[in-house]
Amino acid sequence: MSLLQVKDLSISFGGVKAVDGVSFEVEPGEVFTLVGPNGAGKSTIFNLISRLYEPSGGRIVFDGEDITGRPAHDVAGLGIARTFQNIELFDHSSVLQNLLIGRHCRRDTRWFEELFFLPKVRRSEREHRRQVEEVIDFLDLAAYRDKLIAGLPYGVRKVVEIARALSSEPKLILLDEPASGLSVEETQNMAWWIEDMQKDLGLTVLMVEHDMSLVSRVSNRVLAVAEGRPLAMGTAAEVQADPKVIEAYLGTEETA
Amino acid sequence: MSNRFKSRYDDDINLFEGRWHLAQYALLIALLLAAPWLLGAYYLGELTAVLIWSLAGLGLMLISGHTGQVSLGHAAFMAIGAFTNLALMMRGWHFIPALLASAVTSGVLGAIISRPILRMSGIYLAIATLALSIIIEDLSIIAEPVTGGVAGLFAPPIDLFGMTIDRYSSPAAFYYLCLAVLVIVTLGYLNLLRSASGRSFLAVRDSEVSARALGVNVARAKTLSFALSCAMTGLAGALYAHLAQAVNYESFLVLISITLLLQVVIGGLGSVHGAFFGAIVVVLLPQSIAMLRDFLNNTAGISIAAYPGMDTALFALLILLMVIYEPRGLYGVWFKVRTWLQLFPLYRKGMFRRTRTYLKTERQR
Repeated sequence: MSLLQVKDLSISFGGVKAVDGVSFEVEPGEVFTLVGPNGAGKSTIFNLISRLYEPSGGRIVFDGEDITGRPAHDVAGLGIARTFQNIELFDHSSVLQNLLIGRHCRRDTRWFEELFFLPKVRRSEREHRRQVEEVIDFLDLAAYRDKLIAGLPYGVRKVVEIARALSSEPKLILLDEPASGLSVEETQNMAWWIEDMQKDLGLTVLMVEHDMSLVSRVSNRVLAVAEGRPLAMGTAAEVQADPKVIEAYLGTEETA
Repeated sequence: MSNRFKSRYDDDINLFEGRWHLAQYALLIALLLAAPWLLGAYYLGELTAVLIWSLAGLGLMLISGHTGQVSLGHAAFMAIGAFTNLALMMRGWHFIPALLASAVTSGVLGAIISRPILRMSGIYLAIATLALSIIIEDLSIIAEPVTGGVAGLFAPPIDLFGMTIDRYSSPAAFYYLCLAVLVIVTLGYLNLLRSASGRSFLAVRDSEVSARALGVNVARAKTLSFALSCAMTGLAGALYAHLAQAVNYESFLVLISITLLLQVVIGGLGSVHGAFFGAIVVVLLPQSIAMLRDFLNNTAGISIAAYPGMDTALFALLILLMVIYEPRGLYGVWFKVRTWLQLFPLYRKGMFRRTRTYLKTERQR
């Protein structure tokens, strides 16, 4: 069964139909990429899946459960983690603290227990810390562990954001333009990490990305959207060759 | 101690970074415990005031510094705490339950008020909380059966552990009482900050949208933070009532709310130290200005007493300079000095070059 089913999803802002009847299914363990020109509604689809926006129509089913009515703060606990297009880290905290916040949905202590820091809270904190350390190892962030986000280079912040998402032990990770603003080497690393997430961690990845070399390299399937509507679905090569997709990009295929 | 070698996860979890760090705070506590012998009655009173304002500042620090929600109405919760405490004690309650009741009442009222109020942000939130402060001034007159109306209430002496504690007849005992409450509250505060709830507050402050995506119930986090903040401020209000010996509608004017906010801004938003530094400034600055005035009068024959409002003007000037040159407050200054000492002689110029940072409430979401 599909891990994520998006059925006939729609949302409009004022008169603009940002997403208009988009349906797709993400299978467990695959890397599924959304591509499309600017303003095609890719990020909006992400915001709909993470319940930050209320859809005007359609349903989102994750792991057999309809999450369309769930509040946004339940989504992480169900196993969907995400990153943002314009990095949304907690700037005044250290990398470690950011990753620990990533574990918020796995908390098992109440505030009045935390007030007295009961032995239970310490045990729980150690466990969170251990889990976070695994992510730090996985993404090779040990050098930045105690650094403040505000002082980190852009490329590292991108990785920290992914690390924060991984800390929540997700089943599905949504990556919103993981390679935007990254150098060639950093993009290369990002491709490795996405492959590792898929192969070593067994994660399902849903990604929005413009860099077609990265897309072709890591994606199992690609869905092209334009003006809120699905255009073509298939492998990266098939989608890139699709005349409708070429037309949507005004005849200029992406120079990857 | 800047390159501390961590070998266990507990090194990141513990309150104190090793023995040296613990020793510093032990020394501070020892000094505070010895204060009644070191200071005269007058300065002990001032120090007690510093402790009480620190407590109130801690309350505001939680919601404004750590959760990023500006409150210009915290004097209201001091008032609630003070009146609750005195009204209950006059009805025969023992001091300790009455003190706890102050915290609970302020906290619960804070929680109730926070739901509608914390839907706002930025300037609107500031206005709404300011209104709270103004409402409470009138309420303290109207609610005469509880608050004693215009005349207010007088603080009865505190019976504790077989002692009668009174601000004037036993200043040391009252000082220790305030110190104990402050230490307990501070420890609770720090415990919260190093666990999930505290982190969720920071998350709400820095990015509500990603906090939500990470599973933080933003409305609940804000309510919890506001309630705990009000409870702390309520405790401070109760202790303040015993320090001032009498409270009425004039004790908790809007000006107190504003002073509290200035206190946490001068101290340094987002740092626990800041609440304490700010309290020292707020309590001791008028005192220092008075001393400066006498000094100038006696030595140079310049009489600034002839210019009323001088203290307030100087206070305002200090805040202005602080906000322009050191937005991280006194904590920022302290942090730089500490780093300089730790790195000596390797301190680099431009190490603390400022990037533009704002309270998140001022930013677009």
